Formats: sequence, structure tokens, C-alpha cells
Amino acid sequence: MRSQMEGSRAIAETVARCRPQVVPAYPITPQTHIVEAVGAMVKDGSLGGCEFITVESEFAAMSAAIGASAAGARTYTATASQGLLYMAEALFNASGLGLPIVMTVANRAIGAPINIWNDHSDAMSQRDCGWVQLYAEDNQAAIGLHVIAFRLAEHLSTPVMVCVDGFVLTHAFEPVELPDRAAIDAYLPPFAPRQLLSPDEPVTIGAMVGPEAFTEVRYLAHHQLMQAVDGFDVLAAEYEAATGHHHRAVSGYHVDGARTVIVALGSVAGTIKDAVDELDGGTGVVTLSLYRPFPADQVRRLVAGADHVIVVERAFAPGAGGVVSADVRGALAGLPARVSTVVAGLGGRAVTKASIQHMLADAHAGRLADLSFLDLRTDVVQRELATPRSR
Amino acid sequence: MNPDGDTTFVPEVRQMFGIRIHGRGGQGAVTAAELLSVAAFLDGHEAQAFPSFGSERMGAPVASYCRIADKPIRLREPVTVPDAVIIIDATLVHHVDVFAGLPPHGYVLINSARGLDELGLAELTRRHERGRAITVGATDLAREHVGRPLPNICLLGAFAALTGMVTLASIEAAVRDRFRPRLAQANLRAAEAAYAAVRQVSHA
Repeated sequence: MRSQMEGSRAIAETVARCRPQVVPAYPITPQTHIVEAVGAMVKDGSLGGCEFITVESEFAAMSAAIGASAAGARTYTATASQGLLYMAEALFNASGLGLPIVMTVANRAIGAPINIWNDHSDAMSQRDCGWVQLYAEDNQAAIGLHVIAFRLAEHLSTPVMVCVDGFVLTHAFEPVELPDRAAIDAYLPPFAPRQLLSPDEPVTIGAMVGPEAFTEVRYLAHHQLMQAVDGFDVLAAEYEAATGHHHRAVSGYHVDGARTVIVALGSVAGTIKDAVDELDGGTGVVTLSLYRPFPADQVRRLVAGADHVIVVERAFAPGAGGVVSADVRGALAGLPARVSTVVAGLGGRAVTKASIQHMLADAHAGRLADLSFLDLRTDVVQRELATPRSR
Repeated sequence: MNPDGDTTFVPEVRQMFGIRIHGRGGQGAVTAAELLSVAAFLDGHEAQAFPSFGSERMGAPVASYCRIADKPIRLREPVTVPDAVIIIDATLVHHVDVFAGLPPHGYVLINSARGLDELGLAELTRRHERGRAITVGATDLAREHVGRPLPNICLLGAFAALTGMVTLASIEAAVRDRFRPRLAQANLRAAEAAYAAVRQVSHA
């Protein structure tokens, strides 16, 4: 049954139905509503068998999550922005130890200058931390990706980050259908850890590894993470059979015969699809629910026929350009398609249908640069660039 | 418009209907948009609501948005060409461009016990189709029925009467689902009073 609810509420209800046993969390905008709701469900007993740990920082949140997961508990947390950065060291430990923690990232810009609004700078800054990264296009996807994330994490013994656009999705009310508890219970069996940290049978995990084996450890971690490319779609198909909701690692929209293809992650995809629908055709859209590991073969297959691939980036790599574009260029190596990077919606700037259509008009007229910024206030930057700076 | 007296008549939404709500932090602009989306959903429509936070301060100008349609809503941009604006705080009208993008057939609902002329907005009467730009003294109604100057839910009753885009019955259901019974009941009395007042004016 569909109901109209806030994205954060939908995520919290979904997480509760996945029966986490430990939730260590520290609040940060725009993640707060999610952990508040999970905490309230633990307190009122509707999320039974779960310990909610209020910690003093995000570093502590992830550290407690590592301990709980290593001790065999299904573990969940959520953060955003600077909070994710504060976790950075522990993130690598979670993946290095192969702990299937699931974490929501309510995507938000990172400072300075301080900015509470949505973009993907936070998650993209941690793209190489060894976690699976999933991105939700709408709140129904946020629900599905969380359920699949727990299954995928425990199947591969690897942590999974579910990225949900802050405010744009977390604070949006829209119709969603929560999978019923029985369906989730059937889909997601109780956590059976591969290795248990227990005083009964003491083991050491995360011991020092020297030059003789560190490369092999990393090689095997990459091999393991890559299982998620096909593994995601297999588990998503099972989820679809159980709930009727369709999610895939990579999805094409009107890509057959498209000369131009836009590649995007997250909630901006809906606006882009609406923008494309109003045009004459010839433009397709490819959306990635799975970003790490990068599903290069699938991306290549879907955009192989295009002349021009435009990657709409919700983050920016200063000194280089597009983050996702680099992966897309790698996936298309040897193909004639031109790849343009369009940085859009940094720090909460609205990405509008009109701006996307304007971008496409520029592309069709051959005016789109290799790297450009959607709706850049050129008067402001030119004035600043013309201002002499004292040394 | 609703047929006379029917608070449950659900209209067909041919195109997407966009609503922008202006208020100040703490006045319930975000809650109003959320409740409107729930009411529209209960009426059988697709609906979306989301906030545009300023800097999360009490008293700072804030805006919230609601879209109503009869097909799934994918668009995530702010409502820049609204079909209706609801202004919870009339002191904003000369400081924030609250009417930006509003076409002549659009609706204007301002919370004020004063008329448009008194607010210095006489041009709205000329620009908008007859009866589509109105003021309602929602703060006074809220004081009377709720005992506190919280006009947001009261304004939703006025909005239902003004536009016919949501039913009063669904607003009632949305409010009862969100608030404790006594608070919901008091707010709904204010909303019903505003609904009746607007219907009386627009049918005069």
C-alpha cells in the first residue's frame, strides 16, 4: 500500500524492518530526521532487539559500528557531509575488515565555506574507501536500496553506503510503498557473520600486514568488491520478485538510438528525464544506482552508440574536473564518443529542467565545453578574476 | 471549484499544479506544504512537498513547495512558476518576491485581517482573475480556535475553498494523522472557519 511520507521517515521505517541490532549514531543536518526516527523506534519498542548508542562524534559512531559488526550484530548508522569526513579513517577500517555495516549518507556539501545543502561532495570524497556506494533516484529507490544494501553487505561481507540526496529526498514528502515485514524477513535472513569477534573463541582481526602481503590483501579486496557489480543486480532481481519494485545497478532511459546521452546519479535524474521528454528525442539518460564498484561494462554497453556523453556531476574535483566523468571516460576508452563534464547543483543550487534543456541546446550547437558549470554566474566570477589581489 | 457544500469532491488535475508557500522560520510553512501533499495524496493524486531552507533560523524568510498531479512527479526543482502562492506572513510581501512567476490565472492567499488595498497590493486585484487573490485573517482565527497564533493549518482550509485543489475532508485526515487529537481538532475548527469564510466571499 502506498502512503505519502517524508523520505527520512521512509528510510527509518525501512531500516527498522531490516532489524538492525546495533545503531550507533551522531546527528548532523540533513541526516537528523533519520536517526531521530530510528532512535524513537528503539525507545518505544517497535524496533525490538536493537541497541541505539548515542556517541560523541561520527568517528565514535563508525568505531562503535565496527565493534558491533565484528561482534556479529547487524549494524546501521547514518551521517552526512563533515560527519562522513570525520569518519574517514574508520571507513577504511570497516571495509578492510570486511564488516557488512550499512550506512545512509544524506548527501550534503562539505566546507569551507560552510553549506548545509545538497550535493555529492561528501560521498564522492570517500569513493575509494572500499565501500559499496549506492545512489537513490527517489524515495522508493531509497527504500529498496537500503533493503538490498543489507543483503548485499552480508552476502559479500563488505560495508555499503546508501547515498540519498539531503533535503531534496530526505525532506521530501512523496508517495512510497514500504515492503511489508514478512517480505523483508524472507528476503533478508538473520545476519550470519563469516568471522566473529568473541571472547569465547579469541581471534585477532586487522592485524599488521607487511609488504610481503599487503598488495595481495588489496587485490583480494578489489576482487571481492567487484562481485557487487553483478551481485547487486542478482539481489535486486530477488527484491523485485519479493516486492515488485525494480532497481538495477545501471538503467537506461530512451537510450536506444540516442545520439546524446546524459549520465547522472541521484535525485537529479528525475528532472533530467522530464527535461529530455519535452525535447524532440535523440537524447537518452543513463542513471547509476551503483557507483562503487563502478559498473563500467554496463555503462559502456548503454552509451556505446552515442556521439556525445554528458556527465552531470553533483560534485567537483578541484584541479581535475569531473569525478564520475573520469570513470565514464575510462569505461568508454577506445570509443569515438565525446565526454563532457557538467558540474551541477553544488551546495544546493537548484538543477532545473530549463537549465538542463539549455545545456542540451549548447551541446547540440557544439558549444558545450569539456568542463562547464551549470548556471555559473559568470559576471561574479569574471569580476572576481579581474580584481587585483595583494600579495 | 467544489460543487456547493461538498467538501469531498476531488477534481481532476490536468497538468501539474504547483504551490509555493512563503513564511518565516517557525510559522509552519514546511508543515503546511507537507500536509497539503498528504491531503492531495489522500484525494487520489500524486503529490510532492519539500522545503527550501534558508539558514534554519526562527523568523528568517522560508519557502516550501508542493506539487499536485495525476501522474508520478519526477521533477525536483523549486516551484518557480506557481499556480498558487500562500503567504503565511504578510510582512514578507514587500521584502521577498513572493509573487515571482505567478501567472494571472494563479491564486494568491495571504494571511492578513486587512484587505489587499490596505496591504498596498491593490494591483493584485487588477492582475489576477476575479476572486483569485484574497486575504484571510488566519492568525485571528487560529487565536480564536487554537489559542495560539499558528495560522498554517487554518490557511489550508482557506486554500481548499479558494482553489478546490484539495478537499477539506482530506486536509482533516492529514491533520488528524499528524497531530494529537486535541491540537488537531482545534486547528481543524480554524481551518473549517477559514474554509467557510472564503466560500462565502467567493460565492458572494
